[in-house]
Amino acid sequence: MIHGAGGKAMAELIASIFAPALANPYLAQGNDQAALPIPAGGRLVFSTDGAVVSPLFFPGGDIGKLAVNGTVNDLAMAGATPLYLSTSFIIEEGFPLADLDRIARSIGAAARAAGVAVVTGDTKVVERGKADGLFIATAGIGVVPAGLELSGDRARPGDRVILSGSVGDHGVAILSQRENLSFATDLESDCAALVPLVAAMVAAAGPALRLMRDPTRGGLAATLNELARQSGVGMALEEAAIPVKPAVSAVCELLGLDPLTIANEGKLVAVVAPEAAETLLAAMRAHPLGAAAAIVGTVVEDPRRLVRMRTAFGGERIVDWLAGEQLPRIC
Amino acid sequence: RGDAPNPLLVREAIRLRGVVQGIGFRPFVFGLAERHGLAGFVRNDGECVTIEVEGAAGAIEAFGVGLIAEAPPLARIVAFERASRAPCGESGFVIRASAGQGAAAAAIPADLAPCPDCLAELFDPRSRFHLYPFLSCTRCGPRASIVRALPYDRANTALADFPLCPACAAAYRDPRDRRFHAETIACPVCGPRLDTPLAEIVAALRAGRIVALKGVGGFHLLCDATNPAALAALRARKGRDAKPFAVMVANEASLDRFARPEAGHRAAAAGPARPIVLMPGRARALAAGVAPGLAQIGLMLPPSALHEVLFHALAGAPDGIDWRTQPLPVALVATSANPSGEPLVIDDAEARARLGGIADLIVGHDRAIVTRLDDSLLMLADGAPAVLRRGRGLVPEPLDLGGDGPCVLALGAHLKATVTLTRGREAFVSQHVGDLDSPAADAFLREVAAGLTGLLGLTPDLVVCDRHPDYRSTRIAEEIAAALGRPVLRVQHHAAHIAAIAAEHRIDEPLLGAALDGIGLGDDGTAWGGELLRIEAGAWQRLGALAPLALPGGDRAAREPWRMATAALARLGRADAAAARFPTQPLAAALAARIDRAPVTTSLGRLFDAAAALLGLRLVQDHEAQAAMELEALVTTPRPLPDGFTLTAGQLDFLPLLATLATPGLTPTEGADLFHGTLIAGLAAWIAAAATEFGTDRVALGGGCLANRVLADGLAAALRRQGLTPLLARAVPCGDGGLSLGQAALARKF
Ligand SMILES: [Fe+3]
Ligand SMILES: [Mg+2]
Ligand SMILES: [Zn+2]
Ligand SMILES: [Zn+2]
Repeated sequence: MIHGAGGKAMAELIASIFAPALANPYLAQGNDQAALPIPAGGRLVFSTDGAVVSPLFFPGGDIGKLAVNGTVNDLAMAGATPLYLSTSFIIEEGFPLADLDRIARSIGAAARAAGVAVVTGDTKVVERGKADGLFIATAGIGVVPAGLELSGDRARPGDRVILSGSVGDHGVAILSQRENLSFATDLESDCAALVPLVAAMVAAAGPALRLMRDPTRGGLAATLNELARQSGVGMALEEAAIPVKPAVSAVCELLGLDPLTIANEGKLVAVVAPEAAETLLAAMRAHPLGAAAAIVGTVVEDPRRLVRMRTAFGGERIVDWLAGEQLPRIC
Repeated sequence: RGDAPNPLLVREAIRLRGVVQGIGFRPFVFGLAERHGLAGFVRNDGECVTIEVEGAAGAIEAFGVGLIAEAPPLARIVAFERASRAPCGESGFVIRASAGQGAAAAAIPADLAPCPDCLAELFDPRSRFHLYPFLSCTRCGPRASIVRALPYDRANTALADFPLCPACAAAYRDPRDRRFHAETIACPVCGPRLDTPLAEIVAALRAGRIVALKGVGGFHLLCDATNPAALAALRARKGRDAKPFAVMVANEASLDRFARPEAGHRAAAAGPARPIVLMPGRARALAAGVAPGLAQIGLMLPPSALHEVLFHALAGAPDGIDWRTQPLPVALVATSANPSGEPLVIDDAEARARLGGIADLIVGHDRAIVTRLDDSLLMLADGAPAVLRRGRGLVPEPLDLGGDGPCVLALGAHLKATVTLTRGREAFVSQHVGDLDSPAADAFLREVAAGLTGLLGLTPDLVVCDRHPDYRSTRIAEEIAAALGRPVLRVQHHAAHIAAIAAEHRIDEPLLGAALDGIGLGDDGTAWGGELLRIEAGAWQRLGALAPLALPGGDRAAREPWRMATAALARLGRADAAAARFPTQPLAAALAARIDRAPVTTSLGRLFDAAAALLGLRLVQDHEAQAAMELEALVTTPRPLPDGFTLTAGQLDFLPLLATLATPGLTPTEGADLFHGTLIAGLAAWIAAAATEFGTDRVALGGGCLANRVLADGLAAALRRQGLTPLLARAVPCGDGGLSLGQAALARKF
């Protein structure tokens, strides 16, 4: 691919790679925008996400799948049905067309799986060294039915915190690939669209469901701290209840990382009124995306808004969010 | 006109500053003035005592001499100002109420062990205080631990709920009584009571049981330190760690039964603060479980009347007081009663709830502990006492910074956290708060910060913390600063270690310092910990560092010395030997394979870990610095390895030493001698070269590694041989417990 490619070259690129991969009536119109029907009832939900990942292809996914699911999941966390997506590609000069083709088809497959259409897009090629191969920005629109109010400020003391499955899979799969760690070869990213799981959860818990959030960057630790701050509460977790795969534990031990701070791309945290917790848990476990779901803690009153965790040894530690990468604290 | 003043009368105003309050100073002045037939008054004024005396010139002169010469033992007078006043014909001497001082400049006295006079009463069957566990006077007893608010009056202490009986009330009002205005005065008639008979406690201890006893600043867990089964039970119930326990013995004479104290150890242990003092242990005098693998043992003498009567009962309740000078073959483990990693338990109900699974008998009393204070811990370094943990008996006595400055609040580090608040030329360094991983410790740090600022009625101009963004203390500093609308200043960890020493020694000029430490975040974002620094007027500059070693797994490497040994092997080009060398570590091969991609550190603490693991001494630590302490315990005579280090452009590299330590066949003892000897030689050469370039003859030695006595003594001596003056941390810990002072001191000059 050549930087500054003219209009014709770009049009051919789009026609040969993106159009077949993403085919849908809106894209087929060939306009610079998509004219979409207004969904009846409910409210619009709108979100955007930028996908940057190295390596671009990793066990369990690639940057294309990640870009779609990132936005789709952000919409789904509001209880919304995602409908439309836009994609914007920033491509480094010299990027292999074969890789681009593979990624475009992955985007198509992920969009179909999530039930969304990529209705508009953009492509830019930048000079060598100005992008790490490829960046993808996506934005999405979904619709949430009237009466469903999920928001990060709705956690109340006594509510239960439910996690949909094991933590750290995505981040550790990426790390293992990057660091060439042979003993985590069978570990895959959990990258997935959570739409069907969310639908099952909304159906099961109804208004008892307070909020959902996907613990992506910063992991479960950052997400719970965000929610604690937003809701003005504390959270009390049980370490033993949080599922962590052995390969994830092993890599974390080797690199000195905390699995709770590692990114996930196909997990969600739900806060639910205590009386509906078991019902919701059962509904989640009945779905393949929530088969390993677990109640991992309780929302508590705490003016300090701390996320605390009872450890396997019976002590209690603060689960803090990190300012950046994990730095040693032991003097 | 009435009577003209007698022309032979003179009047003089005297102001004294220093430790002059809460130690019976005013009654002393009263008695002295009466003895010299002087009229006038004495009054506490802020941090000063103001005296005006009127009488014959010769008598006033004698009075002035007596003020210094006969001052109560705990007084420390740092400034003495005199001015003449016009005589006003006053008659009689009075103690005036402390007028209009409020909390703004008031002092809070520290908790002190019973004074000799109180001890005499305690063991005198004719005294109304005979065997009363809560006796005290103006010169001794609980203070900081029971103060709720200032001014320091009984109504503002935990004794507010104990109305004085007539005898105590009379003593309180009598200026000639030792208990004149003793806010903690109490007797068996009107004072607090122990909730369990002494005989029951004694029986439990003799039977090898574990007793939780409410002490001065918190509950202790006590058990017979000579009973291996009792020790094993305590270790099993408290958790699996091997942390050394402190041991309490009856009196000074008993120290020698269990240790080999030097004169300095003896003096420090017998001082009124009654700290735990680290001293060479006596083999097999105590059960092995007290301090596994360590040569030093922490001994403490009874810190309160309650502990005195307990030992008296353990001694078989002998008559008189002579037993206090006889060695007693009784030693009690006395360790802080806290669930692992959490702050000390201070409340009776809390003790029953949280210590039930640990203690067989829980003994409380009805005098509340207001302020949680761990036992202070002290070592001898370079021949003089050095505080390793500030707590009971030392807190909250302020340090004199030697000059005025803004009011700053510093929150310290993440481990061994303390808080420092400055007021004028004083720095109040808080008690040991501990490691901030738990929500309870987080709450304790906030409580200490709020308590200090609240008690002293101060609003800091500036809040200071470490550069590390993820220390809990950093987060709390940010929150406090935001709430106050004040800025946050972030000080580099090792600059703060050096600045703490500069502050203690009141050095204002540019100072050269070596920070020999675990890990702190460096200005370049890497893990520092063996640094030569120059600090000056709030700024710092790195002049040199140890050669970096890999730090594979970050904090994991601090817990698992085998990782640091692998880092050392990697530097020797033998990373592939790690798996065979550490067969018990399943991650060894994977770790060695990617060690080039690990972050690096210049920490000396991690070099200790590497050495301990290379020698096969300890691969995984149960508690902080365990490997280094066990390595130190093996030292017989430190011996430098010829050409054991290289010195290039400010970088000190111990690679040749590591090569020798990695050689199979070297015994741990030989290795410990070589390691310490070479370290001392290398560090001394490194520091001396920098001092020459810097043009200075004094150098600060800071950081947690200085808690190693072999290193502290050896390095100080080596530097002195080179004509340099080593400055060590004394009143605040060399490790992270002293960090808040350094942060505050640097920030004040910023
Ligand atoms: Fe430090
Ligand atoms: Mg997102
Ligand atoms: Zn006394
Ligand atoms: Zn009384």
